[in-house]
Amino acid sequence: MDWDNSAGGVAAPAVPDVSDSPASLAVWCSGLTKRFGRREAVRAVSLDVRRGEVVGLLGANGAGKTTLIKMMLGLVRPDAGEVMLLGQPGTDPLSRLRVGYLPELFRYQPWLNADEVLKLHGRLAHTKQSADDRLKLLSMVGLHDRAVDRVGDFSKGMQQRLGLAVALVGEPALIVLDEPTSALDPLGRVEVRDLVLKLRERGVAVLLNSHLIGEVERVCDRVVILDHGRVVASGTLAELLGQRKVTLRLDNVTEPAHERLRTLGLVEREQDKYTVAMPDTSVDGRAGADNFDSADAEVSRLVTDLVQLGVHVYGVERSRISLEDRLLGILRAGADSDTSTDEAS
Amino acid sequence: MTTMTTRPSATVATVRTILTIAELTLREATRKRVIWALLVLSTLLLALSAWGFSQLPGMDTSMGRLTSGESRLLASELLNLVMFGMSMVVALGTAFLAGPTLGGELESGVSLSMVARPVHRSSVLLGKWLGLVVFGSVYICIAGLAQMLVVRVTVSYWPPSPILALALLALETIVLLTLALLLSSLISPLASGITTVGLFGATWVAGVVGGIGAALDNEGVARIGTVSAMLLPTDGLWRGAMHAIQDPRALLQLGGRSEGFPFVSASSLSAAYLAWVVVWIVIVLTLCLTSFRRRSI
Repeated sequence: MDWDNSAGGVAAPAVPDVSDSPASLAVWCSGLTKRFGRREAVRAVSLDVRRGEVVGLLGANGAGKTTLIKMMLGLVRPDAGEVMLLGQPGTDPLSRLRVGYLPELFRYQPWLNADEVLKLHGRLAHTKQSADDRLKLLSMVGLHDRAVDRVGDFSKGMQQRLGLAVALVGEPALIVLDEPTSALDPLGRVEVRDLVLKLRERGVAVLLNSHLIGEVERVCDRVVILDHGRVVASGTLAELLGQRKVTLRLDNVTEPAHERLRTLGLVEREQDKYTVAMPDTSVDGRAGADNFDSADAEVSRLVTDLVQLGVHVYGVERSRISLEDRLLGILRAGADSDTSTDEAS
Repeated sequence: MTTMTTRPSATVATVRTILTIAELTLREATRKRVIWALLVLSTLLLALSAWGFSQLPGMDTSMGRLTSGESRLLASELLNLVMFGMSMVVALGTAFLAGPTLGGELESGVSLSMVARPVHRSSVLLGKWLGLVVFGSVYICIAGLAQMLVVRVTVSYWPPSPILALALLALETIVLLTLALLLSSLISPLASGITTVGLFGATWVAGVVGGIGAALDNEGVARIGTVSAMLLPTDGLWRGAMHAIQDPRALLQLGGRSEGFPFVSASSLSAAYLAWVVVWIVIVLTLCLTSFRRRSI
């Protein structure tokens, strides 16, 4: 199946609004490039995160997501490109004044206790915090009763929870979460999801790197897909997932009937199974319920027309393309031909 | 929440970061096992030397009983030996503390969330260095002073320049921990500790060899000591400290042969050498900063 990955399809380049000047964005990156020896880990990546927006970063292992994040946060020096965080050039460490970060490799001084770790990060973030503030942070991640316990005795999941609390130190306006639920149980994952949604409500921008597509689908306003260090697709979930498809089991399909099918979208045939990818026809690009209703009407008209053209219709199934389908389609296509996908900038 | 984040001036931010990290490093030193190892070794050394020194006055030798003057002279030499042990314990302890505190944090990932804070990497490194300097210096001063007091109580010997001696020992520790910090930013924490210890020992041996060369008027061999004391000033500083500890009469007794003895120092340190030590520390620290600033974390 390659239709859901057609070049020039929905993989719309993330062209920021005119109002989105680098200074007004939470994150603005332009042309970030990093080589490790001969391997190019990140190739001319440009992306932005608006204030209060939750952006998901997706891609296969080694796609360059963590390196990209590290370049944004001054942990890895880019070979080329620029970064602005909350309107300040990334080369100035104080641009990270209100930036929280949970690294993929979450480790904290094992000889400190949880409260001391938060106190340390508060001081490094130049923020004034009371003991009560720190306790509240620990409560938010379910560690309120472990404040004075040594971090070295924490389980991995607890350390990741502590990492989340650390990322929340200093009332950040931007939080970068790199695989925030990798060590958490299902309940912990739901808690993190709720936390991200709560942060968005408070106007905090979140950049979320996660392998859990469901997680990203639930909380992200926009998704950026990286493959081999490049942005291969980016857009709102509606843009990426707006595509719907209808699968029909047909017999006696004449050329006029084929023609009729093609008026709806790109057609794939597998014996008697015809799959039609329907482009998003909605005005606002939202994959909402209204949209689905209009799609229903379209499919219904299609079936009527097909019957009139003498086609035998045995089954009709309508569905929406999932983010997983999109991601897999994009990544597989990327593996097939490295240059076929269009690069968003 | 009542947290408040205000943008500090660059200077305030830098000073605050350095002090925060220095304090963290000190806390790390006191909470890690290395402090206990240091305490145990130092106490053992103090106790053993206290017992040994107490045996000196009136001790029977083949040349008869030691007079109090002779025992004081011998004590001054033995004090050099014990102080060498003490300085070695502290220097190595600090070197093994310096390696993991930087290299270990880089390796484990502890640095990630810290360096992503609004901090300059150089402030983080300088904070660590400052914390280690305070730790090493305070420790060697306390342990060294305790050792001097032990000798004073047991054989009534008091070094001619105790403060200078302690200052030079502290400087020796600083030299070694700066080297360990540089190495740990380049190689693994354990390897950096071992390399530091190895270089410390090699320089001491080179110093002894150089001394023998000088005593034998062999310029080539003597140069080994001079060159090694320039490359890694730990032994040069140690010889300066010995000179400040030992009884000046020891030199008179040994005459011109003193250079051949590893625990007797013929001359005090020149101001030029001390200036070189400061320059050496600045160079190594700058290299360390450059390496730390450039690396990917």
